[in-house]
Amino acid sequence: MTATAIAAEGLGKRFGPVRALDGVDLELQAGGVLGVLGPNGAGKTTLVRILATLLRPDQGRARVAGFDVAAQPRKVRRLIGLSGQYAAVDPYLTARENLVMIGRLYGLTRGEAARRAAGLTSQLGLDEAGGRLARTYSGGMRRRLDIAASLVAAPPVLFLDEPTTGLDPHGRHALWQLLGRLAAHGTSVLLTTQYVEEAERIAQTIIIIDHGQVIASGSPGELKARVGGDRLELESPPGQDPHQLAAVLAPIAAGEPVIEPAVGRVVLPVAGGAAILPGVAGLLAASGLQVAALALRRPTLEEAFLALTGPSRTGPGQRGPEAAMRAAPASPGSDTGGTR
Amino acid sequence: MTALTTSSGAARADRNAGLLSSAAVITGRNLRRLVRVPTLLAFATVQPVLFVLLFSYAFGGAIHVPGAARYVDYLLPGIFVLATGFGASQTGVAMADDLATGMIDRFRSLPVTGAAVLAGRVTADALRNLFVTGLMIAVGAAIGFRFHAGPAAALGAVALVLATGVAFSWINLLLGLAVRDAETAGLAGLFPVVILFFTSSVLVPVATMPGWLQAFARANPVTVITSALRALCLGGPTTRPVAEAAVWLAGLLAVAIPSAVARYRHATSP
Repeated sequence: MTATAIAAEGLGKRFGPVRALDGVDLELQAGGVLGVLGPNGAGKTTLVRILATLLRPDQGRARVAGFDVAAQPRKVRRLIGLSGQYAAVDPYLTARENLVMIGRLYGLTRGEAARRAAGLTSQLGLDEAGGRLARTYSGGMRRRLDIAASLVAAPPVLFLDEPTTGLDPHGRHALWQLLGRLAAHGTSVLLTTQYVEEAERIAQTIIIIDHGQVIASGSPGELKARVGGDRLELESPPGQDPHQLAAVLAPIAAGEPVIEPAVGRVVLPVAGGAAILPGVAGLLAASGLQVAALALRRPTLEEAFLALTGPSRTGPGQRGPEAAMRAAPASPGSDTGGTR
Repeated sequence: MTALTTSSGAARADRNAGLLSSAAVITGRNLRRLVRVPTLLAFATVQPVLFVLLFSYAFGGAIHVPGAARYVDYLLPGIFVLATGFGASQTGVAMADDLATGMIDRFRSLPVTGAAVLAGRVTADALRNLFVTGLMIAVGAAIGFRFHAGPAAALGAVALVLATGVAFSWINLLLGLAVRDAETAGLAGLFPVVILFFTSSVLVPVATMPGWLQAFARANPVTVITSALRALCLGGPTTRPVAEAAVWLAGLLAVAIPSAVARYRHATSP
């Protein structure tokens, strides 16, 4: 095992007129967790498919577990596990049968494959469903089975494409813990996600890609620092228009405010730290407006993500971060649609 | 982990063993599926039986074929070919379905050669074909069909039907990989069968066709294979017709197998 689990240089891939990937560089050290964050259609799935040898890049090179993905795909396949965006398990087999089949295809003996399948079904909470056909599973159970399938060979490099999509909070936390244990035992993990919280929680390094390019990379702390400044968060009491608060505080704002009328929340980018608070107090007192809650805090990774991926995708700043994230599918082509 | 690291000088024999055991695993998976979708198996069996009955009763009274004592003896070998051709479209449908659901992405991310995945599909369908052919022979026997050339020739006939199914299956794999949509694959797979079937000697002797069609009908693989099957079922010289059928099948396989394997190498879910 080399110390570098994944190294990619200038990866490019076109689908007709669409540049799905446009010169992506990335590096992941063995035992690390790399989070690939990006809006729908950013190129995340294409990136994973190239690294997992399913697609050939038009440009650039990538080495996974020491082997070139284009020149030595079979060597790479022995050392990777892949959980795709849509659950690729056989609906007409049980969880155990699916896992045994995959183990046998990795070259395990019948006995080894059966032991491995039993271990994974209990590890991923599929025990009670182990004997039922996968077609009867809920979306979350299928998801977990798909993740179990990627772990059958205990691969040193794991690719997870939006692994927690469709999982309930319990399933999500259980998966995060599992990934933490795997990484602690030396497994290198690359995971794509649309959930900023997920990337922040389990990845030491995050790259943000948009329009097929890496637009930012670094630790969660570094990415937050890149947006700069602090956030002043105010809550307007019911019955009072939060836009009024934003207007009153405009003189001290260092950027466009984010206003969520439904919950009466106003988030203002500010500069100068706690020194601005007396000025805030003065402006509020002079205005006669009510404030239910007020906090000065560092920007969240989600705010950093939204700032970095640009207002063209997230709308005119009048939506909250949640709404903006949900509005992202308006971008051309979803991840699945753009990756033929 | 030891099982996952192969020696770098992995011998060719080793790889072939891997191919065979992987193909066996995939075959098992496909057979399980067949058993667990009972409606699919039911329709896959009912259709050939209907072919036997419908064609025998609908055409049996109208057509008298010189040489064969009964029309059913003349007809059934061709119906075996027809049923096999129709059944083989299922191979393409299943492949397109595996592509659409992401199973092929899963298989391609594993250290398994494409040939094993494809051969596993074809083998499962050949076993289904064996069952269906047995059923057609049984139903045929109930309405008067007999093998007239002895047990060895009868076994040869069954083997030829299966080989024909394998060739059709590889062609349909290629179609399924190309169209990547199950419904389209189902229709595309029937297209060549229907054309070849009605321009062949299955229903009527080639000599009764218009002259311009006769040359095509004689070279038609369905005619060639049906002639070989008739020789094996009814009696008469077998060497030449069987050799001609074998050449056709070998030719089809020589084109379809490498094309399908090459196509699989770059196949991804849509």
